[in-house]
Amino acid sequence: MIRDITIGQYYQTESVLHRLDPRTKLMGTLVFIISMFLADTWIGYALSAVYLAAIIRLSHVPVSFIVRGLKAVMILLLISVGFNLFLTNGEHEIISFWIFHITWEGIRQAFFMAIRLIFLIMGSSLMTLTTTPNQLTDGLETGLGWMKKLHVPVHEISMMMSIALRFIPILVDETDKIMKAQMARGADFESGNLIERAKSLVPILVPLFISSFRRATDLAMAMEARCYHGGENRTRMKPLRYENRDRLAYLVMAFYMAAMIALRSLL
Amino acid sequence: MGIIKAIKLTYDYIKRDEEGNPDGVKRAVDHVDIDIEAGEFVAVLGHNGSGKSTLAKHMNALLLPTEGTIFIGEKDTSDEDNLWDVRKTAGMVFQNPDNQIIGTVVEEDVGFGPENIGVPTEEIWKRVDESLKAVGMTAYRYHSPNKLSGGQKQRVAIAGVMAMRPKCIVLDEPTAMLDPNGRKEVLRTVRELNRKEHITVVLITHYMEEVIEADRVFVMDDGRIVMEGTPQEVFGRTQEMKDYRLDVPQVTELSWELKQDGLPLSDGILTIDQFVDEIMELYNGGNGRGDAGAVEAPGMETAQR
Amino acid sequence: MAIELKDVSYVYGAGTPMEVRALDHVSLTIPDGQFIGLIGHTGSGKSTLIQHLNGLIKATEGDILYNGRSIYAEGFSMKELRSKVGLVFQYPEHQLFETDVFTDVCFGPKNLGLDKEEIQARAREALELVGMDASYDEASPFELSGGQKRRVAIAGVLAMKPEVLILDEPTAGLDPKGRDEILDQVALLHKERGNTVVLVSHSMEDVAKYVDRIIVMNHGRAVFDGTPKEVFRHYKELEQIGLAAPQVTYIVHRLKEQGFPIDGDITTVEEARRAILEGIRNRK
Repeated sequence: MIRDITIGQYYQTESVLHRLDPRTKLMGTLVFIISMFLADTWIGYALSAVYLAAIIRLSHVPVSFIVRGLKAVMILLLISVGFNLFLTNGEHEIISFWIFHITWEGIRQAFFMAIRLIFLIMGSSLMTLTTTPNQLTDGLETGLGWMKKLHVPVHEISMMMSIALRFIPILVDETDKIMKAQMARGADFESGNLIERAKSLVPILVPLFISSFRRATDLAMAMEARCYHGGENRTRMKPLRYENRDRLAYLVMAFYMAAMIALRSLL
Repeated sequence: MGIIKAIKLTYDYIKRDEEGNPDGVKRAVDHVDIDIEAGEFVAVLGHNGSGKSTLAKHMNALLLPTEGTIFIGEKDTSDEDNLWDVRKTAGMVFQNPDNQIIGTVVEEDVGFGPENIGVPTEEIWKRVDESLKAVGMTAYRYHSPNKLSGGQKQRVAIAGVMAMRPKCIVLDEPTAMLDPNGRKEVLRTVRELNRKEHITVVLITHYMEEVIEADRVFVMDDGRIVMEGTPQEVFGRTQEMKDYRLDVPQVTELSWELKQDGLPLSDGILTIDQFVDEIMELYNGGNGRGDAGAVEAPGMETAQR
Repeated sequence: MAIELKDVSYVYGAGTPMEVRALDHVSLTIPDGQFIGLIGHTGSGKSTLIQHLNGLIKATEGDILYNGRSIYAEGFSMKELRSKVGLVFQYPEHQLFETDVFTDVCFGPKNLGLDKEEIQARAREALELVGMDASYDEASPFELSGGQKRRVAIAGVLAMKPEVLILDEPTAGLDPKGRDEILDQVALLHKERGNTVVLVSHSMEDVAKYVDRIIVMNHGRAVFDGTPKEVFRHYKELEQIGLAAPQVTYIVHRLKEQGFPIDGDITTVEEARRAILEGIRNRK
C-alpha cells in the first residue's frame, strides 16, 4: 500500500507542464486550491473538473497514475464523507437513527466534499508530478525570496524540503524491507487490537529512525565535501526565467479564477 | 611535495559517556606519513577499523588532524582559509550510493557541486556534460537516481565530483555495497579517469582485486601504514598479508603455496598468464632453455620430498 | 522433509508496460540437510526466490510444498512456516531495534508464543551459536562492530530454531576477516545442527569452499544446478551471464590447454596445489 503514495513523486516525461516555471506552477496550485473553496454549485464543480482534466491532459501523466495516489488518502476521504453524510442537518430527511440523519442536503454535501478533496489531491499532486524537487525548491526559494528580509531561512527550508522528497521513495523501500525482515522473525502486523498493533510498529519505526539518522549524517558529509555552505554565493544550473508559456499560463489562471468568482457571485 | 602529503598525521576520536563527557580516546590514525604524486593511482587496503576511512576524510578536510599535518595541493587543511581550495582540489566519493546523491535528476545532481562554488550557469552546463560523458552516464542524464543500479549511482557520484574539476579523487570504499558487476563498472571508470584525464586517484578498499592495477598500495592496520609498495611487492609478502587477514588473489596464493613446497616461482605473481608461463616452464624445463633448468633443479628436490 | 518448488513464476506489475517476470517457471527441490549456494547477479531473481520459500511473497503461478504440503493450502500456518524456514535478509543488522542484544534476539521466539524460560534459553543458545558470549547480552546493539551486529541479527533468526536457514548475502559490506568469520560460523552450524542452509551470494570463490550444491539464477530461471565442480565446468557460460568461476578454475583450464596433466574440475586453491605438485613430480 505504501508504494501507492504518489504525492511528492516526480513523473518523468515531456510536457508543457513539465517545462513551465515552477513559480508558475506553485501559483497555479494555489489558484486551484482557492478555486475549490469558491465552487459550491454543480456548474462550478463542472468548470473545475474541465479545467483539471485539461491540465492533466497537458501534463502527459497517465490518469491511472494520478488516481493511484488517491488510494493512500482513501481513509481520510471516507471519514470526511461519513461526517458530512451522517451529521448534516437538513429538511429533506431520508433515513434517521440515533444521532445520525441522512438528509438530501447531507448527500449533496458529502458528494461535494468528496469531489473537493479528490480534486485538491489530484491538483496538488500534479504539481509535484511535473516538477522535480530541485525545481520546486528553486521555485519556492525565488517565489518566497521576499521572506528573507523577515529573516526566514528560505533557502534552508526549501533545501530541506527537496531532500525530504528525494528520500521518500528510498525510505518507502526501506520500510518495506524492514517489515519483511521482522515478518521473517514472526512479527505480525495484521492482528490484535489497536494498542497491540501500535506496539507492533516499534520494530519497524526504531530501525527506520536509526537508518534515517545514518542517512542524514552521510548526506550532510557528502554535501559538505561538495562545498555546500548554504545559499550564499551559490549559482544556479537552471536559473528561473519566465517564458511566454508562463505568461500564457498566468492568463489562463486569471480567466479561470475570474470565471469561478463570477459563478459564485452570479448563481 | 606531492599533491597529497601527510606528515605524522594523527587523529584521535574522543569517546564520550552517556552525559557527553569525554571518556577515553581512540587513536584512529597513528603517525601516518604519505606522499602521493599528481597522476598516481594509489590504493589503501585495510580492515574495517584500520583507520583507512579516517585517513580519507582528512584528504577532504572533513576531519582535521589531532597532531601532524596534511597538505592537499600544498595547502594545509588545518588552516580554515584553505577549506574550499582543499575541497575543490580533492573530491570525495563515499560508500553508500544512495546517501550522497542530492539531486532527484541525474544532471541536477552533477550540477550541485559547481552551483555551490559559484560557477556561472553556462559553465555549469558545460561541466555537467563533460563529467557525465567522462563516466559514461550521458544517456541517463534525465533519469531519477533511484532507478539506477548501484554501480551507475556511484558513477553519477563520481561525475558530481568531476564537475568540480578536482585534481584528485578520494574514493572511500566506493564498491563495498555493490555487486561484482557494479564493482567492475566503478573500477573501470576510475581507471579511465586516471589514465585519460590524469586525475590522481586514492582508492580506499578492502577488496584485493581492486588494488591490483594501482601504481602503489598502502596497507593499513590499527591506524598505521604497515606495508607499502607496488601491488606485486605487497602481495608478494603473502604471509604478512595473511597475518593481517587480508585476501590475496587466488593465483598469488597458489604460487606462494607452491613456493613453500619448493617450486622456484617468482614472488608476487598477480596474473594467470605469468603463473601459467612459469609453471609450464618448470614442467617443460630441461628441454631447451638453460636458466629455467638451472633454477628449477634445487626446487624440484624439495618438491619431491 | 523438504521444500519443493513446482513450476513457480512470479510476475509483478502484470498487465502494465512495466511488467517484470522475476521468476520464470522455476522447479527445484531443497532436500533436508543440504548446504546450497544460490548465485546470480542483482536482478536475477534470487532474492525473489528466497522470499517465496517462507511465504513473504506469493507465487503468481505454480506451487510450493513444504514437507509435502502446499504452503498456499487453506489452513497452512504462514507463521509456522516462517519459524521453520528462517530468512536472514541482506544487511540484517538494520532491523535491530531493542535496547540490548539479548532482548533483540528474544523477539523471534517471543513472536512464536513460547514461555519465558524457553525464549531465554533459545536466545542464549542462538547467541552462543554465532559466537557472542553472555558478556554482550546487556550491550546496545548499536555499540557493536559491523560484524558483531550482523552476528546478533543472524542469532535473531536462529533463536526461532529454523530447520532451514536462508542467508541473503550475509557477507555484503564486510571485510575479509568479517566475511570469513560469518561463513565459518554458518558452515559450523550446518555441520553441528544439520540444518539445511541456503547461502545467497555473488561470490563464487566464497561459495565454492563451503557448499554441496550450487544453483545459478539468471533472468528468473535456474540455469545451472549441481555440485560446484559440475557448475564450474560451465565457466565460459557463467562468464556470459556476468558471473565468474573462481580464479583457480581459470588457472587449471589454462594449464590443461597448455598440455599440463591436470583435472579440469578443480575448484579450490588447495586442490590445485596438490594437483600441480603431482603433475610436476610425475613429469616424463
